[in-house]
Amino acid sequence: MAKLLDKQRYKCALGAMQTVQAITRAIPVLHSGPGCAQKLSDSTGSSGYFSPNIFPCTSINEKDVVFGGVKKLETTIENALKVIDADLYVVLTGCIPEIVGDDTGEVVSRFENAEKPVIYASTAGFKGNNYIGHEQVIDAIIDQYLEKSDEKEKGLVNIWADVPYQDLFWLGNIRELEKLLAEIGLTPNTIFGYNRGIEQIDKIPKAEFNLLVSPWVSLSNMKKMEKKLGIPYLHYPTLPIGAFETSKFLREVGAFAGVDEKKVESVIGEHENYYYYLIERYADLFLENRVINKQFSVVADAQYALGITKFLANDLGLVPAKQFIVDDTPKQYREAITEEFKKLNYGLEAEAVFETDSYKIHEQIKEHDYHGYPLILGSYYEKELTERLKGNYLNIAWPVQDKVVLDDFYAGYTGGIRLIEDIYTVAVQRFN
Amino acid sequence: MAINLESSNVATRENRIGSITGYIGSLSDLASQSECGTLKGCSRCFSQSSTCLSSCALGQLSAIRDVAIIHHGPAGCSVASANAYYLDKVMAKKRGVTNDTVYVGTDMNEKDTIFGSTESLRKIILEVNKRYSPKAIFVTSSCATGIIGEDIDSVVDEVRDEIDVPIVAVHCEGFKSRIWATGFDIADHAVLSSIVQPPKEKRNTINFKNFYESARPEIMEMFRKFDLEPIFLYCNSTVEELSHISESLATTCICGTLGNYLGNALEEKYGVPYVRSINQCGIVGFETWLREIGKVTGRSEKIENYIEEQRAIYLPQIEKIKKELKGLRAVIGMGPGYTFEVSRVLNELGIEVVWALAWHYDKKYENGDVPPSMKYLLDNDIDFEASVADQQNFEVMNILHKYQPDLYLSRHPGSTVWAIKNGTPAVYVADEYMIFGYKHTLEFARTILDATRNRSFEQNLAKRVKLPYTDWWYEQNVGAFLEEAKPRKEA
Repeated sequence: MAKLLDKQRYKCALGAMQTVQAITRAIPVLHSGPGCAQKLSDSTGSSGYFSPNIFPCTSINEKDVVFGGVKKLETTIENALKVIDADLYVVLTGCIPEIVGDDTGEVVSRFENAEKPVIYASTAGFKGNNYIGHEQVIDAIIDQYLEKSDEKEKGLVNIWADVPYQDLFWLGNIRELEKLLAEIGLTPNTIFGYNRGIEQIDKIPKAEFNLLVSPWVSLSNMKKMEKKLGIPYLHYPTLPIGAFETSKFLREVGAFAGVDEKKVESVIGEHENYYYYLIERYADLFLENRVINKQFSVVADAQYALGITKFLANDLGLVPAKQFIVDDTPKQYREAITEEFKKLNYGLEAEAVFETDSYKIHEQIKEHDYHGYPLILGSYYEKELTERLKGNYLNIAWPVQDKVVLDDFYAGYTGGIRLIEDIYTVAVQRFN
Repeated sequence: MAINLESSNVATRENRIGSITGYIGSLSDLASQSECGTLKGCSRCFSQSSTCLSSCALGQLSAIRDVAIIHHGPAGCSVASANAYYLDKVMAKKRGVTNDTVYVGTDMNEKDTIFGSTESLRKIILEVNKRYSPKAIFVTSSCATGIIGEDIDSVVDEVRDEIDVPIVAVHCEGFKSRIWATGFDIADHAVLSSIVQPPKEKRNTINFKNFYESARPEIMEMFRKFDLEPIFLYCNSTVEELSHISESLATTCICGTLGNYLGNALEEKYGVPYVRSINQCGIVGFETWLREIGKVTGRSEKIENYIEEQRAIYLPQIEKIKKELKGLRAVIGMGPGYTFEVSRVLNELGIEVVWALAWHYDKKYENGDVPPSMKYLLDNDIDFEASVADQQNFEVMNILHKYQPDLYLSRHPGSTVWAIKNGTPAVYVADEYMIFGYKHTLEFARTILDATRNRSFEQNLAKRVKLPYTDWWYEQNVGAFLEEAKPRKEA
């Protein structure tokens, strides 16, 4: 049912055009109004090989609303194949064709024998937000493109994480997760970012297992792949940030993959040594600054709310106030996520609040006693609020205006250090 | 044009003033066909994505201070609220005021498309009013609500009694028009029909329609010399200010596409003269505009003195730099409110325009005249190849590839990068005041010189990237996908 979306923090399902855009040489072909792509893009790293103004689009007009837009869709796909040099064409439907009843699947099926693969995903804006749209695109790849493979490649692991572009750190994070897996002797396979495209998609069925690092996004994709492609999966709900969680992550992945425990421990040992060398040098800053207090709130999607809460509690010894999950997490996942927030050191439990109405979030932040200046990690909407509360604010979630990220990341040991750098860069701007 | 403020609907530019988005030919042909009424727009059987009119409409309205925008539709439609929030905060801060405008969505889902959601909308309007006490409320539709026939007019009428500030329905279905500038008209229409009051007294003010008021301080200073006070619209406008714009001495704008509807409506409804000169870009443009303001407001003498004084400072400097710009060849791609103005400035600076693209073309303005910028070019025998394309990037790239100009000038996000990947230096004429008056014309000329002198960035990138278009496409005529014009059905 329609609801008051005050200070919105996600886009609609068609926002999954950015998921397609993150796959090198894959192009979204939009069956939508003329301006959907521009609206749904941010000018942050979106001018790659393809950019929103390259996306072919049927640019539906009034006539198409009345008579249907299938003819226009057909010529658009046909000519996209001629004009645009891509490896994969993903037709995405917007609101209009789905309301007026255009049979997009039928039109796309006419291109079954095209030189390049053409698939489609139903991403009407009213079908859900861009987290759901992301899953729809991956589902489309599984359903319409991938085939089961009898041949498996030893040690090959597909890694899946949160939503490209919606997640500011998507590129850096996934590369860091790859690196960590490679260090314990596995062969990571991912489909997003530099040099990851159709070749990596083709490798998916040969993997020994899927590794999902996300509280809920893509869990349904994992299940689908298990069923259709026979690939088992490991679901690790917490984005590992910092030493505590990353070491736990490596042990769990190692055990699941059957990696020699000694190998895993040696990788962990080396990372932790360097990590704590840095922490030791800066511990005085953490202890003796006058502005970062113990209590903090994260206002972000489930991924960052959970990952950062665990990091700040388990690595830095901070104490979580309420944590706000703003991605409209589907109801069936909420209980498991709530439980994850209760698994903190020293029996600490964080209260996770699922809320998409930011007015209510801001009211709760205002009411909470942070025992001093609040530390708020959130989206740009929290900037003014935190300033009014004289707190410290870091922009880590969409929408982002206070930070430019090319390939920075918060995942892993190094990611934890980066997050500390960002928090204390804010802290040192003031004295007390 | 007859403006009907009783209806919340505005006819599209295509239907109202015969605007088109598909044409290839020359400037003189485009103009003569418009004058004799034979111009027909073509459509395309292949296109790339462009812009939604709701971005233009709500971008304008959400810049007004302390109002509420309620965008009834799925979350992707109201996603513009994120950028509007940012802009409102930073623009207010720059001006030293506060702006508590809220822009919310209704996150419509599949059930809503079947059963409708006017009741939810009603509650949302009342809740937003309670939470924020906005000074005006704009309730707007989307493609989805438009198609399912959600009656937002009735919802607005129903709640009007419970809300003591202006509230109005704004019809923003993106499929209505390929010309996103229709959104500017929609915003003006909403302001005119809900906020603007009939005049009670005349004021010394002049309505100045612009985008982001970067030149506000210097324009205030200049107008003070003429004993005029500009009111900048709509960025940082207050509802109170807007309610009085019918009392101004005149309306002027920085971009004919942007100001056309408001200017004509204020003239038609309240007798506020609309300054219809070429715009303020370049020397001729600036002087023509100032003189027109002088004429309309009875301040010609003061203005002539100002022109004389400024000429003495800037003309020698501009003449000097023109020598260095000589021989440069440019392609430009902008909205029609700028393309034909910037073409004139380039001509003034001695830069050859080899091709000009306009994202749409208004055959006639609301008063029935050919746009003044076009008239000027024709009267002065300035002609070049021209096309009309709603930001169709593949057509731009085809042109840049064939002509390999020294320079590409554009005004829309995401456009310049494609020129530089082609190895063409690009100047992003984003700020509407970038070529305003003598001072900025000089700066503009210097920027062009800088951009064409150091081509390292574009050469570095162009060497290393592959363009996304096939060789096949580069071998085609730019108009390969234009379909024969069919007779237009008049609305």
